[in-house]
Amino acid sequence: MARAVSRNRKLTFTIIGWGIGLTLFFPILWTVITSFKTEGEAIATPPSFLFFQWTLENYFEVQSRSDYFKHAMNSVVIALGSTALGLVVAVPAAWSMAFSPTRRTKDILMWMLSTKMLPPVGVLVPIYLLFRDFGLLDTRSGLVGVLMLMNLPIIVWMLYTYFKEIPGEILEAARMDGATLAKEILYVLAPMAVPGIASTLLLNIILAWNEAFWTLNLTAADAAPLSAFIASYSSPEGLFWAKLSAASTLAIAPILVMGWFSQKQLVRGLTFGAVK
Amino acid sequence: MATQQTQATARLMMSPAVGMLLVWMLVPLGMTLYFSFLRYNLLMPGMEVFTGFGNYEFFLTDPAFFQALGNTLLLVGGVLLVTVVGGTFLALLIDQPFWGQGIVRLLVIAPFFVMPTVSALVWKNMLMHPVNGLFAWLARSVGLEPVDWLAVLPLFSITMIVSWAWLPFATLIILTALQSLDQEQKEAAEMDGAGALSIFAYITLPHLARALTVVVLIETIFLLSVFAEILVTTNGGPGTESTNITFLIYAQALLQFDVGTASAGGVVAIILANIVAIFLIRMIGKNLET
Repeated sequence: MARAVSRNRKLTFTIIGWGIGLTLFFPILWTVITSFKTEGEAIATPPSFLFFQWTLENYFEVQSRSDYFKHAMNSVVIALGSTALGLVVAVPAAWSMAFSPTRRTKDILMWMLSTKMLPPVGVLVPIYLLFRDFGLLDTRSGLVGVLMLMNLPIIVWMLYTYFKEIPGEILEAARMDGATLAKEILYVLAPMAVPGIASTLLLNIILAWNEAFWTLNLTAADAAPLSAFIASYSSPEGLFWAKLSAASTLAIAPILVMGWFSQKQLVRGLTFGAVK
Repeated sequence: MATQQTQATARLMMSPAVGMLLVWMLVPLGMTLYFSFLRYNLLMPGMEVFTGFGNYEFFLTDPAFFQALGNTLLLVGGVLLVTVVGGTFLALLIDQPFWGQGIVRLLVIAPFFVMPTVSALVWKNMLMHPVNGLFAWLARSVGLEPVDWLAVLPLFSITMIVSWAWLPFATLIILTALQSLDQEQKEAAEMDGAGALSIFAYITLPHLARALTVVVLIETIFLLSVFAEILVTTNGGPGTESTNITFLIYAQALLQFDVGTASAGGVVAIILANIVAIFLIRMIGKNLET
C-alpha cells in the first residue's frame, strides 16, 4: 500500500517538475530551434516546432554578415583576460588573509565587499571620461581592466572561503615530517587549493562573459564582446529572428555548459560564503 | 619570532589587491562627487562652472526622477516577489524525489546563464512580438486579442524578463539551504502529528529565513542596476514609462552629455544602493565570525 502511494506521489511530482522545468527552459529551447529555421519560417504563424526544413544557413550568415568570430574572440579575450588577471592579484591576497589573518583582515574583507555594492552607474561618467581621455574606449584592454576590478572582490572572497577550509595543521604535520617550503607548497597546499581556484575561475568567466553594463557603454564596433554585439539586433530594421537566434545560441551555449558544471560554486560565490 | 616577518609578507601579498580596489573606488567616486557640483556639459567644453547643489536640485525635482524612482522600486519589488515566492516553491519541488530530478534542476537554473541582452531580445521578439510572437499566437489560438507587451505594459514586461533570469538564482540558493535542513527534526515533528503545512511554517521556513534574506539583499543590489534589458527592449520608453534610475543617469550622461546632472544622479544612486548594502554587509560580517 505505502509503496503504491509513494509511487503515485513520485509520478505526480515527476509530471509537475518536468512541466515547470520545460516551461522555464522553453525560451532557450525556442531560440535554439529558431536558429535552424529560415527567416520566413522563424516569423511564421502558426509556428512550427519540429517539422520544418532544418538549415544551418543562419550560422554561416551570422559570420559572413557581421564577423561574428571577431566578437566571439573579444568575449574570450575579455572574459579570460580579466579572470586571469584577477586571479593573479587575488590569490596572494586571499592566501595571506586565510593563513596569516591579522586583526584587520575582517575589516579589509568587508571593505572589499562594500566596493562591490557600488552601483556601476554611479561611476559611469568618470570611467567614460577617463576611457575617452586615455584612448581606452572601444578597446579590449580597457574592458579587461574594468571587468577585472569589478569582479576582484568576488574573486578574493571566493578564494578566501576556499582557502579557509584548508586545515593549518596539515602544514605543521608536513613540516614536522621534514618537508621543505617548496615541497610543502607543491605537494600539500597546491592540490588542496586547486579545486577552489578552479571554481573561482569558472564563476568569474561566467560573470565576465555575461556582463552587459560596461560592455554596452564602453565598446562599439571594434572591441564589442558578444553581450554588446547581440544588442545590435535590437534595431527595428527588418525581422532577423533566425539570425538573432543563431548568434544567441552560439553566445550562450559555452557559458550554459560551464554554468551547469559550476552550480554549487555559484551559490558560494554569489552569496560571499553566506550560504553554503 | 617569525611573526613579524610573516606579517610583513602578508601585507605585501595583500597590497596589490587592496591598492587596486582603493584606486578603483576612490578616483571615480571622487570624480563623480566633484562633477556633481559643476555645470558641465560635454557639448560645451571649457564652460564648467561651480553650481553648488544646482545639479542635485535639477535632478531631484525633474518629474522623470520620480517616475524613474517609482519604476525602480516597482521593478525591484516585482522581481523580488516573483523570484522569492517562485524560488521557494521551485526549491521545495526540486527537493522532492522524482524521476529526472537532476535534469529538471539543470533546466530550471539555465536562464541564469543567458546574457541579459540575449534574454531581453529573445523575449522581445520571439515571445512578446505583438504579431509574430509566440504569446500572440497563443492568445489568438484561444480566441483572445494579442497584447503588444512592451508598448502597453513596458515595465511589467521587463519585470517578467528579469524575473525569468533571476528565478534560478533564488531557487538555487534556497535549494542549497533546504538541503542542509536536519531531516530528523522533520521526522520527529511528523511523529508528533504535525501536518505538512505546519512543518513548513514552523520548521522549514525559519530554517530558510537566512537564505531568503541573502537572496533579497543580493538581488536588490543587482536589480537596482538593471540596464541592458531596458536598453534593448524599450529604451526606457514609451516616454519614461520604463526608465529606472540607472537608465535615467545613462541617458543624462551619454545621450544628453550632461555630466553634471548625471553625476548628481550617480551620487543619489550610490546612496540608494548603500541603504541596502549596509544590511547585507552586516549579515555577511556576522557569518564571518563563526
